[in-house]
Amino acid sequence: MNVPSNLKYTKSDEWFDPASGAMGITDFAQSQLSDIVFVELLVEEGDEVTVGKAIASVESVKASAEIYASAAGKVTAVNKGLADKPETLNSDPFGEGWMVKVEGGAAGEVMDAAAYEADCAGRAH
Amino acid sequence: MATIVEPTIFELSSPGRLGVTMPASDVPQTDLPDKNLLRSELPLPELAEVDVVRHYTKLSKFNYSVDDGFYPLGSCTMKYNPKINEDTCRLPGFLYTHPLQPIETVQGNLVLMYELQEWLKEISGFAGVTLQPAAGAHGEFTGVLMMAAYHKSRGDAKRTKMLIPDAAHGTNPASAGMLGFSVVTIPSDERGNVDLKALAAACDDTVVGMMVTNPNTLGMFDEHIEEVIKLVKDCGGLMYGDGANLNALLGIVRPGDLGFDVMHFNLHKTFSVPHGGGGPGSGPVGVSERLLDFLPSPLVDIVEDGDDVMEPLYGFVTPKKSIGRMKAFHGHFGGGLVRAYTYIAMHGPEGLKDISQYAVLNANYLQAKLRGTYTIPYDRICMHEFVAEGRFEGSDIRALDIAKRLMDYKFHPPTNYFPLIVHEALMIEPTETENKDTLDRFADALIKIAEEAKTNPDLLHNAPHTTPFGRMDEVKAARELVLCCWLPENYESLT
Repeated sequence: MNVPSNLKYTKSDEWFDPASGAMGITDFAQSQLSDIVFVELLVEEGDEVTVGKAIASVESVKASAEIYASAAGKVTAVNKGLADKPETLNSDPFGEGWMVKVEGGAAGEVMDAAAYEADCAGRAH
Repeated sequence: MATIVEPTIFELSSPGRLGVTMPASDVPQTDLPDKNLLRSELPLPELAEVDVVRHYTKLSKFNYSVDDGFYPLGSCTMKYNPKINEDTCRLPGFLYTHPLQPIETVQGNLVLMYELQEWLKEISGFAGVTLQPAAGAHGEFTGVLMMAAYHKSRGDAKRTKMLIPDAAHGTNPASAGMLGFSVVTIPSDERGNVDLKALAAACDDTVVGMMVTNPNTLGMFDEHIEEVIKLVKDCGGLMYGDGANLNALLGIVRPGDLGFDVMHFNLHKTFSVPHGGGGPGSGPVGVSERLLDFLPSPLVDIVEDGDDVMEPLYGFVTPKKSIGRMKAFHGHFGGGLVRAYTYIAMHGPEGLKDISQYAVLNANYLQAKLRGTYTIPYDRICMHEFVAEGRFEGSDIRALDIAKRLMDYKFHPPTNYFPLIVHEALMIEPTETENKDTLDRFADALIKIAEEAKTNPDLLHNAPHTTPFGRMDEVKAARELVLCCWLPENYESLT
């Protein structure tokens, strides 16, 4: 399982990059969901998001899930390409699979990589 | 692999081939009021009657139903449906009546509906029942509408939160969402019960109510259900019961007695109305005293009392603060109500209790046989179903592989990947209609598959091997939707 050390993580398996303001879903989340077949981004450029607001809806062959904002701020970019290539979330969740970028992003309740890794290990049982 | 290819009915079409020859018109021809109503571009298939019959007969042989064999689809109660139901719902008195006939001419139908309302009340402990809703989720929507109407009638406008456990069926949050309520998810505790602490923290004066399935989708009867109900009621909320798992409770526990305010019945699960294949389902809803006035209209009731000479007259009545009509006419009368009535009448009170006791016994028998081979994450006495994990330590085998391999053993796979709180869930509901031999064969197959997972995992990865078609590419099917029955001319450029 890939858990980049420069990112922050939520208990509901989103990541937040304090440097760029980008957020998305973790490698653990995509492996739990399995093949992702549909992504709908629920926010647009210019929107204000608060921590916990649903920013995307994701469907896999197993389940559907709402993805929540891991930080508050003004949306500066959304990854529109995801809708046509939902599989990007499986292949590159921390890179090409970013969902939304915010500016002035105050992170909510987040963990560092080590804490998140331990949290995932606990839940795999 | 057995490969059987049957072309689509469009591919079987041949221009000019006819099913029937229409007789010459014996009335003068006139133009259509709106010519656009006729569409000439639709490529309707042209075949003879025999071609159509053979095509669909072939397709029907690819199918698998509860009349073919064991169908342990968890949370769906795929019990065998007695064939006597098919006789009763085709009795001419039921079959050839129209819902708009004067009530004096359809008293038999109305008596059946009245008695079914009364029986469902007695079975569930509720004060009133509507038979209108078309299926389970429609029943949920009806119930949530009544909950909303109740709060509104009291001028209590700030209630916008619906509490729903994480083990719930997806229809529960969907039904609450349809009314614009926000959903607050309540986690389950380690024994598969509603987490009382989390529930207490979520209870306040903005709670519409709580939607609970009991037993829940783990097959667990909530050990603190009375405390759950008390917490919700103490903050002014209403208790919704999802009746999907009622097959575990008949004659044993009545949700109305526990304190639920509203619950839908799935006649197509518990009461042997055929299930699957797109319906028709039937989802009557029962309510407690305080929701009685909000029931949909019309209900069937005695509108003129009888005496020694005259039978009473049955007709339709409208509750005082009714939320209105939920469906054209009177629910799924022949398809649902007559069959369920037959089933209840045939079993009687003791027979219904037997149904639930055998359903629970069968599930516990299977759980006991599989324990040790499969991980049972919530391992205690179960009700009518239980959930196992379809994965093994150090193996890449997943629930889907096990489910597909079961088809090679001629069993319908159990529900998989639900509930979401269990990893690689296999949700098994045998129902009361299966005998011990069938349960033993099914358990043996699952134990053999667990062995195959170790010795020959590819057998599972590539399963099924003996069905008309092998493993379907469900990712491709979900990502590349082709939603028309013929390919558009520019299909290649679209993909």
